[in-house]
Amino acid sequence: MTHHAPVPHHGDPFVRRHIGPRPSDIADMLVSLGHDSLTGLVDAAVPREIRLERALDLPTALSEYEALHTLRTIAAKNQVFRSYIGMGYANCIVPPVIQRNILENPGWYTAYTPYQAEISQGRLEALLGFQTMVADLTALPVANASLLDEATAAAEAMTFTMAVAKAKDANHPVYLVDTGCHPQTIAVVRTRAEARGITVEVEDPQNFEFTAHVAGALVQYPASEGRIDDFRRLCERAHTAGAIITAATDLLSLALLVPPGEWGADVAVGNTQRFGVPLGYGGPHAAFFATKEEYKRHVPGRIIGVTRDPEGRSTLRMALQTREQHIRREKATSNVCTAQVLLAVMAGMYAAYHGPSGIRRIAERVRTLTTALADAVRQFGCRIAHEPFFDTLAVDLEAERATQVHERARAHRVNLRPITPTRIGVTLDETTSERDLADLISIFAFDGAPDLDVPALVERVRPVIPTPLARTSLYLTHECFNRYHSETEMVRYLKRLEDRDLSLTSAMIPLGSCTMKLNAAAEMLPVSWPEFGALHPFAPREQAAGYAQLFQELSSYLSEITGFPGISLQPNAGSQGEFAGLLVIRAYLRANGEGHRTVCLIPQSAHGTNPASAVMAGLRVVVVKTDENGNVDMDDLRAKADQYRTDLAAFMITYPSTHGVFEATIREMCGVIHANGGQVYLDGANLNAMVGIARPGDIGADVCHLNLHKTFAIPHGGGGPGMGPIGVAEHLMPFLPDHPVVPLGIAQPCGTVSAAPWGSPSILPISWAYIRMMGRHGLVESTQVAILNANYIAHCLRGHFDLLYAGRGGLIAHECILDTRPVKQSAGVDVTDIATRLMDYGFHAPTVSFPVAGTLMVEPTESESKEELDRFCRAMIAIREEIREIEEGRADPENNLLRNAPHTLADLLVDDWDRPYSRERAAFPSPETRAHKVWPPVGRADAAYGDRHLVCTCLPLEAYEPAGAA
Amino acid sequence: MSQIPDSLHYTEEHEYVRPTEDAGIVVVGITDYAQGELGDVVYVDLPEVGAKFNQMDEFGTIEAVKAVSQLYCPVTGEVVEINTALEADPALINRDPYGDGWMLKLEIRSPADLHQLLTAADYAQHIGE
Repeated sequence: MTHHAPVPHHGDPFVRRHIGPRPSDIADMLVSLGHDSLTGLVDAAVPREIRLERALDLPTALSEYEALHTLRTIAAKNQVFRSYIGMGYANCIVPPVIQRNILENPGWYTAYTPYQAEISQGRLEALLGFQTMVADLTALPVANASLLDEATAAAEAMTFTMAVAKAKDANHPVYLVDTGCHPQTIAVVRTRAEARGITVEVEDPQNFEFTAHVAGALVQYPASEGRIDDFRRLCERAHTAGAIITAATDLLSLALLVPPGEWGADVAVGNTQRFGVPLGYGGPHAAFFATKEEYKRHVPGRIIGVTRDPEGRSTLRMALQTREQHIRREKATSNVCTAQVLLAVMAGMYAAYHGPSGIRRIAERVRTLTTALADAVRQFGCRIAHEPFFDTLAVDLEAERATQVHERARAHRVNLRPITPTRIGVTLDETTSERDLADLISIFAFDGAPDLDVPALVERVRPVIPTPLARTSLYLTHECFNRYHSETEMVRYLKRLEDRDLSLTSAMIPLGSCTMKLNAAAEMLPVSWPEFGALHPFAPREQAAGYAQLFQELSSYLSEITGFPGISLQPNAGSQGEFAGLLVIRAYLRANGEGHRTVCLIPQSAHGTNPASAVMAGLRVVVVKTDENGNVDMDDLRAKADQYRTDLAAFMITYPSTHGVFEATIREMCGVIHANGGQVYLDGANLNAMVGIARPGDIGADVCHLNLHKTFAIPHGGGGPGMGPIGVAEHLMPFLPDHPVVPLGIAQPCGTVSAAPWGSPSILPISWAYIRMMGRHGLVESTQVAILNANYIAHCLRGHFDLLYAGRGGLIAHECILDTRPVKQSAGVDVTDIATRLMDYGFHAPTVSFPVAGTLMVEPTESESKEELDRFCRAMIAIREEIREIEEGRADPENNLLRNAPHTLADLLVDDWDRPYSRERAAFPSPETRAHKVWPPVGRADAAYGDRHLVCTCLPLEAYEPAGAA
Repeated sequence: MSQIPDSLHYTEEHEYVRPTEDAGIVVVGITDYAQGELGDVVYVDLPEVGAKFNQMDEFGTIEAVKAVSQLYCPVTGEVVEINTALEADPALINRDPYGDGWMLKLEIRSPADLHQLLTAADYAQHIGE
């Protein structure tokens, strides 16, 4: 008899690559927690009444090889035409050195938002370069570190205008919008305005009247159809009336045109996509926002600023954080959190790689080819509607010929923009070759048209920009834009910056509420495929059949996971998901004749984004008390719901709670809200603790958002991109967001929340691959191990630190909160001292002071191995012992290991070391740090100094010299 | 323990009022306790001279590195002077809240309004000291 072993599985099971602890580790960890199985642990930790009592109806797991093969066949269904559609998106050449070393490099894409400044100096420097690029090109000195897209940046400019404009009519504010703006920008601005009671009037800027009601205006420069206006007079009129002018603009054009800051604009916004970021069928890309110095405290989003460390070294950090919603809550003017850091870094590096002359050359080439095309189509008897132009022509011709042109374009696999039946838009870009130009000319040529010699035509054109519009000022003069033009220098520059930062390639990043799980290479590979990257967002839908399949499949998986039949992929971040979800609720209430319902109940313990989003959606925030365990006070909830029963619109609840607890009363809460006529919005920030074991739709919620960049493996990119799709119950489906350029067939849409119809499509293959490779069982195991890992850390650190908020049976969900307030009393050690001392141990700190001031919230995720959890716990326990030395008087209360952390190499290599502890204890506090650690390049960033002296563009070179070297 | 001078009047929102030699003119600022709780002050947004406020109207905001607070006008009156030194050096509020770190001078409607405010002892009790 011969013995046949079963055929081994085709490819490795991915679940064992994604989940950190080995099965034997899991067994050991369970024993230490007193449980005999993962299901037993989850049964004890998660209330039975909310459990999903069946397996997820999702496909079984694919191996990495199989998933990539399947994605290849999906990608192949997308047809990559040459798109000359424009409208804020232009094809570009991603410099391969940037693609390989940033976009495809986990050292850059797995980092988190740079809250821990001292181990984030690399990307902070890259972002400072981005800000400098934006400030230079727009000639507005204060730029932020990116926003989600051009349309939301324009909407942010409108709410900014309402805050700073001297012309104020609080009751009937009016905002003027240029007819020449991109249609998606107008739609997003209208949606935001409507929720806030602002009247938007869309008009030709020539007819703008700055009456007493008008707070400001948005103009497009150059306009969507190519028009370039001189807006100097308009600005004068606006400023006389106390109104604010925002220019939506294109950075490449500003290499040749007088920048908005020089003709009087107060704000400039736009998209940096064409600076070396793939189109991606709509995103992700980095938008920008720049303004004048006097308005710096009202800028939305994150600003990188320069400060100093104790040795006087130039040190970067996020500045003016009090502007942000997590501090201002319902008083915030913006809810934006996540930026587009990875894409902003790419765009900034594109400028560094090409330098000022390279950028100018690209702009001149685009302008020259556009001029040549204009000459040619004029010879064919067509009219160019707007002159002067930069890269976009609006070509007027008879309807019959226009139809022919579109047909010929299709035959050439070319997309043009059908503006009207007698007007065609053409936008050229960096990739346009002379052959492409010849094709375009032949597409416009009528039968019997003269044969044009294209090279001669290009040779002949002398594009001139009329003097009042031609730029004379310099830009990109800083050294960082003039030094890294060889690939060797660029690679080393990028590596040098990368090495200053702590990403998941070095150590776990145990940030509570952030879910820093594995971003697997197999999930990331498709992001670089041209079939996903090179599609224009407004390409005809039949060219995007692969994307259509991807959206449909991913939506169906997310439906099954959330229990909600309706999914919108449009919101670009969790904050946008909150806004969209609340708009859906408002639209539903209005449709039912209940538009007067405007009260939104929010627990005290909620993240600050919740109240900021509610206010943006036109709701009135009423705070519900939480008890000392962070749980919603049921009596207060009942009382408030009853008090506002005629006005109640919504209740926003994070589940499991921001404190990491499964509140057993969740069904009851939802019942109370529904009984009083409200809808329940579930904040899905913590969904990683729920996938496969409970569903928002089953426990009584009506809407939830999902952070694909937390739960579904999209990397954090060092602070973006994000994706925040929403799921809604059936009764809310008719009210999901729609899009003005690509209608999605929504019956009574709540508006438009992003520039692109499906948000940031090119990163959706990541979540698709994660779900397919984990499969129906792997996803549940992932949740179970996330809960196991968090409880294991809580178990190891109990007795060393006080734990806040345990739920049933002393167990927590997927994160735990360590209370460090007692050591503030006993040793004068601040939570920040512990966070920075962790850097000396080679770790990134947990979340500091959220949701409770003076605490650390730890979320290990399922991807961290037992070894790494043990290493982290040992570091925390060792730090506790260092604190004990202070408590017992064995260490100096001021001059000690914690207060002086982090320790840089330069701090240690001094001849006259005079601190009361050894250099070894400072730098190598654990054996592992001798083998490897990320060295902080600077000491503790002086936050107050930086906020008092805001500098948000690159300093002159001498400032980078080490202290004392001069 | 923070300083709570006996001669001043206080609000529950941590502003103080100091009468001056000029009848009807008072100085407004925030207390030593408040600056300690806020930490390093980085910016103060003050109203323009001539602005009028009713008692407990919001007159400005104060920003520290990790917190922002509204400022409330302790008594009804008109702003006759603001402390422009705070623009260049907001840390004056941390260093000397009752002296160089003052914020406004107000011409008040009625001295009687001062009697509605907390005494030093009341305020000490309010902040639990």
